[in-house]
Amino acid sequence: MTGAQILIECLKREGVKVMFGYPGGQVLPIFDALYDADIKFILARHEQGAAHAADGYARATGKVGVCIATSGPGATNLTTGIANAYMDSIPMVAITGQVKTFLIGNDAFQEADVTGVTRPITKHNFLVKDVKDLARIIREAFYIASTGRPGPVLIDIPSDVQMQDTEFIWPEEVKIRGYNPTYFGHPGQIKKAAKLIKQAKRPILYTGGGIITSGASPELKDLAERIHIPVTNTLMGLGGFPGTHELFLGMLGMHGTAYANHAIMGSDLIIAVGARFDDRVTGRLDAFAPGAKIIHIDIDPASISKNVKVDVPIVGDAKNILGQLLEEIKKVPDTTEWLKTIDSWKKKYPLKYKEEGKIKPQYVIEQIYQATKGEAIITTEVGQNQMWACQWYKYTSPHTFISSGGLGTMGFGFPAAMGAKLGCPEKIVFDIAGDGSIQMNIQELATCVCNKINVKVAILNNEYLGMVRQWQELFYKKRYSYTTLYNPDFVKLAESFGAVGIRVTKKEEVRPAIDKALAIDNTVFIDFHIEPEENVYPMVPAGEAINKMLGGLA
Amino acid sequence: MRHTISVLVENKFGVLARVAGLFSARGYNIASLSVSETQDPDTSYMTIVVEAKDENVLEQIKKQLNKLIDVISITDFTKKEHVDRELILIKVKYSAKEKSKLENILNKYVAKIIQHKGDTAIVEAVGEQAQIKQLLDSLGQLGIKELVRTGRVAISY
Repeated sequence: MTGAQILIECLKREGVKVMFGYPGGQVLPIFDALYDADIKFILARHEQGAAHAADGYARATGKVGVCIATSGPGATNLTTGIANAYMDSIPMVAITGQVKTFLIGNDAFQEADVTGVTRPITKHNFLVKDVKDLARIIREAFYIASTGRPGPVLIDIPSDVQMQDTEFIWPEEVKIRGYNPTYFGHPGQIKKAAKLIKQAKRPILYTGGGIITSGASPELKDLAERIHIPVTNTLMGLGGFPGTHELFLGMLGMHGTAYANHAIMGSDLIIAVGARFDDRVTGRLDAFAPGAKIIHIDIDPASISKNVKVDVPIVGDAKNILGQLLEEIKKVPDTTEWLKTIDSWKKKYPLKYKEEGKIKPQYVIEQIYQATKGEAIITTEVGQNQMWACQWYKYTSPHTFISSGGLGTMGFGFPAAMGAKLGCPEKIVFDIAGDGSIQMNIQELATCVCNKINVKVAILNNEYLGMVRQWQELFYKKRYSYTTLYNPDFVKLAESFGAVGIRVTKKEEVRPAIDKALAIDNTVFIDFHIEPEENVYPMVPAGEAINKMLGGLA
Repeated sequence: MRHTISVLVENKFGVLARVAGLFSARGYNIASLSVSETQDPDTSYMTIVVEAKDENVLEQIKKQLNKLIDVISITDFTKKEHVDRELILIKVKYSAKEKSKLENILNKYVAKIIQHKGDTAIVEAVGEQAQIKQLLDSLGQLGIKELVRTGRVAISY
């Protein structure tokens, strides 16, 4: 078999049903093998779109997302998508063509040192120099991408390797001596954690994307309900615990709910699961949760004690460890008083917005929530749209909230929605976008229409780069430096691609427009003209303690 | 503070770049680095002397290194009985009347002249950090023209 045929055969054996990409000179042999392969190939309109689509597919399904691009510019265009997957620990395999082995290093046409460029933004990468290594490398790439703390792996394949013939040998086993993730928690540490939990008076569960990756939602719910502990999520953790649950506090951090932030600051025990104490969560580090002991459960030892000092570290898979903890905990602490205090915060500082002026973005999201009965997959772009989507939609199951957490990539939501829809065709997929972000990968409208990928896009159009404008308003004396947008007519633009566009300028049109969009079997852009200077509140100014919030408070 | 760690890695192309890249990307400092094959040609030892302002930074460095797929294991010599050595080559210029002074210095340490031409000698020395430092201080009085060092290598029991 040729290298290209081996690649396709390996992808099939790895269970790849869909892949995203863009052809080019150095991947011609692979595309020739793809021509009659039993894999659904989605031709994106930009490699970045392909990478985000593979990422969205992975987040919606839990499977490895696969994307492919040619050498040089094709590969460098993938990099934002790869970095995005890396920061959020998303399993992805990116395949790139490379110039022929004997040309590497010669500054050949469309040559770039792609393994060099992607080294800091991949979990691992490979340059295949010998076709005999190809099958093993592909197997290792999928294994590394999907195990431990997942992440993107890149395979760079020179075009001559794609054409070389060799015997195909499928490696049954993967053995990498330098890579042995820990899956079960150390029994001694579990005991220590159980003891701390038993003694706690004001415990809180702070959980992140690790819950979703490991499928630990049922265990998390069991634990919270058994001990009566409130739960707050990071952005990546939304959907890991039911948003409608009475123990749920919403998201914490810079744009978290006031009650989540007060609760974490006032707690005496933080049980952190699959979260990494990111600066958007902790605010000013030396003022973070001063009275709390910390149990930190994470599969990545390097995430533990990186930002905050931890009392009981437990390395391993969240699902296993929560299971171990549930077995270990016999006596539960009395948290009645604590839950009462939290309830009073919930009543005193609810999320709220003023119903006046033009359409409120929060209202739009509430209406999307109601129209989709909370069962849609929501993707977001980055900025105000993203924060409102975190605050005003209640996510009730894992894999339903898809957003660029760590890297904060504008232009992620739309291609990610495309990938999510292909992974979960039975689901409604809604991208909550801003008028700035949507224009960053708007070319993917063509991909949606050509492939009949039916996604809905709610553009919260304030004719500003809203989040940057908000910072300029609050911290730069309203000097709106280059944050005012002149936008295309999004309705006509959607129509020109063969999609449907709806413009909404009045509050009473919001819900009918959403219902209409949901009834249409095509991609729909809904252009909501919202209150231009609406801010996201609450807000913790950069560098402040997270209970020092601006706005939206009594 | 300086710490010596030894990193056993797969002997593959690109591994040095991964390790060096990790240090620069995360803002860690390398004081010295020595890399070569072990008795098993599939693996290499990297002996790295790192600058770490506290225990936490050193811990992070070790954890981050461990995450690299090509890193097989890490030995931290900070609290481990071990032997470490460095080899240095020094070009020294001396006058005829300084000859005995130079010889006296060299005799005090594990150091010798391996070549000389006219008034210039190339001195080779092997030793622990403290010895090397003392030797260099002494030779400094004569005038060091050039100096190269291999960086520290270390091994434990």
